[in-house]
Amino acid sequence: MRERCLCSVKYNEPIAKDIFKLVIETSVNLQQIPGQFINIKIDNFYLRRPFSICDCLEKSIIIVYKVVGRGTKRLSETTRAQQLDIICGLGNGFDMDALSDKSEVVLIGGGMGAAPLYFLAKSLKESGVSFETVLGFTDSKQAFFLDEFSRFSAIHVSSLDGKIGTKGLVTDSLRDISYNYYFSCGPLPMLKSVHRFKAAPGQLLLEERMGCGFGACMSCSFKTINKSKRICVDGPVIYSSEVDFSE
Amino acid sequence: MSRLSVMLSGLRLENPIIPASGTFGFGYEFSSWYDINILGSIALKSTTKTERFGNLSPRIAECRNGMLNAIGLQNPGVDAVILQELPKLNKVFSKKIIASVAGFSPEEYVYVAEKFDAVDQVGILEINLSCPNVKENGVTFASCTKTVFSVCQEIKKKTSKPVYIKLSPNVSDIVEMAICAKNGGADGLTLCNTLLGTVIDTKTGRPVVSTKVAGFSGPAIKPVALKNVYQVSKEINIPIIASGGICDADDVIEFLSAGATATEVGSQNLVNPFVCKEIIEELPRKMEEYGIKDLKDIIGRSHYVQ
Ligand SMILES: Cc1cc2nc3c(=O)[nH]c(=O)nc-3n(C[C@H](O)[C@H](O)[C@H](O)COP(=O)(O)OP(=O)(O)OC[C@H]3O[C@@H](n4cnc5c(N)ncnc54)[C@H](O)[C@@H]3O)c2cc1C
Ligand SMILES: Cc1cc2nc3c(=O)[nH]c(=O)nc-3n(C[C@H](O)[C@H](O)[C@H](O)COP(=O)(O)O)c2cc1C
Ligand code: FES
Repeated sequence: MRERCLCSVKYNEPIAKDIFKLVIETSVNLQQIPGQFINIKIDNFYLRRPFSICDCLEKSIIIVYKVVGRGTKRLSETTRAQQLDIICGLGNGFDMDALSDKSEVVLIGGGMGAAPLYFLAKSLKESGVSFETVLGFTDSKQAFFLDEFSRFSAIHVSSLDGKIGTKGLVTDSLRDISYNYYFSCGPLPMLKSVHRFKAAPGQLLLEERMGCGFGACMSCSFKTINKSKRICVDGPVIYSSEVDFSE
Repeated sequence: MSRLSVMLSGLRLENPIIPASGTFGFGYEFSSWYDINILGSIALKSTTKTERFGNLSPRIAECRNGMLNAIGLQNPGVDAVILQELPKLNKVFSKKIIASVAGFSPEEYVYVAEKFDAVDQVGILEINLSCPNVKENGVTFASCTKTVFSVCQEIKKKTSKPVYIKLSPNVSDIVEMAICAKNGGADGLTLCNTLLGTVIDTKTGRPVVSTKVAGFSGPAIKPVALKNVYQVSKEINIPIIASGGICDADDVIEFLSAGATATEVGSQNLVNPFVCKEIIEELPRKMEEYGIKDLKDIIGRSHYVQ
């Protein structure tokens, strides 16, 4: 459900280096789909900031964000009980109906890309789908939610600095896993190598700078194989068969 | 509600609030937020002869109280707009709309304008002259007095609907440009399009937007837009639609006082999808507060009040 609402901050604390967990609560029931995002108005910044929904309980939304610039810095200074103006229910979300009995599913997350996959993992588990999870981090100090993920499935962790899990990239972990369907989210170079690694069907969650987040401004256009899509409304989740990473 | 109504070249608007081109999609995107029939009209995304993908990303950046965009006129082309987008909009918006005409040659402007002129849903042709003229080394149409005059004249010859010329503020003398448009036969003006600006990434030292320099809009540009409306309305008397930084009912009252007849709300739609609705609801309260009986009474009052 797409909605603009005022929420109060229940929790906003660091959970890893420069990584914060934010819990916000509203007065209405917020039915959200894994892969959807919210757009937060941050004081003193003109444009809203988009963040994937990391978990959604009845009246609260959890996001996990990394402090990368001035807006996220400011967000990290938001304190309990402060009000945040958000637009929720944005984007299409993952298509879980695309799976069949024969699907051998893997979730592949890199860095902050783990955030939306957490909500997906929880939902897949609830629908009785079994899967494995592959998570990769550039800096092991920025790893988060490893215990939480392992409640839902087997997890394979890698880090570039080798301090947690195996040393290397997510695609190194993928070598040891048999799968025929994937869900992936992470930095663009990682998505490209996941897409190249195996010609399996799957879904990728893409990011782009956004003006509005709801289809009005054309800031977020992305060329798929046969047409241009707006990542904010036709995405952020795109089927691997539509993606054209050739350019 | 006639206290809020205004007239643009024979077209009566129930109120002066119009979402600006490029910030409201093709209109119907907003009907899930609220009943868009409350709007005075809607200015559609600028449309060219054929489909355009637009510029590479990043197409957008932010600055204090404003933003930069370099969308690059992404649109599906005039035929697709008329055959696919307008019927979708017609289902949720029953009033006349403002079609925004763009092009890279005078011929393209005339071609697109003629196509929209034949569509019943279209009430006004707004000519977005902030495009580079490929025949004149990419100089924008809006920055050359000769082309402003001639494009306007050519379009007027071939069309029958009111023609509003949307000028660029990036010129040394806006009044001179406005006079050229009027002499070319323009029925009205839209003042103005985006300023030019840039934003540089402090970590890398590179301009953020792919085109390096991009269109600057939002509340930060309001005083410039207001000055343009003020100066132009002082010199010539054709209707003006104001555009630039409009965010609330006070802004609307300010622009009308400066000489505008209607107002386009742009960037603020992206941040607050309800802004046009909120302004329409706020206007009567503000009129009450300032003792304004009818919005029509205040158009241009800044030029004569003591
Ligand atoms: C659909 C989607 C989901 C996202 N989910 C998450 C998430 O779960 N956790 C998380 O940490 N981050 C997420 N991001 C990225 C997050 O939006 C940016 O990190 C954030 O906007 C940066 O803001 P800033 O002011 O700190 O950075 P600045 O660089 O100062 O921001 C300047 C401008 O650029 C935009 N911008 C900068 N980086 C990005 C980016 N990577 N993507 C989109 N816009 C950007 C900002 O929104 C702002 O308008 C997501 C982005 C998208 C599009
Ligand atoms: C994302 C974006 C896209 C725009 N696209 C167009 C366009 O296609 N045609 C046009 O005439 N103006 C376009 N504009 C300019 C707006 O219509 C408006 O004139 C300008 O932004 C100033 O108003 P504002 O400060 O309220 O945004 C665009 C502006 C933005 C922010
Ligand atoms: S961000 Fe505005 S259309 Fe996608």
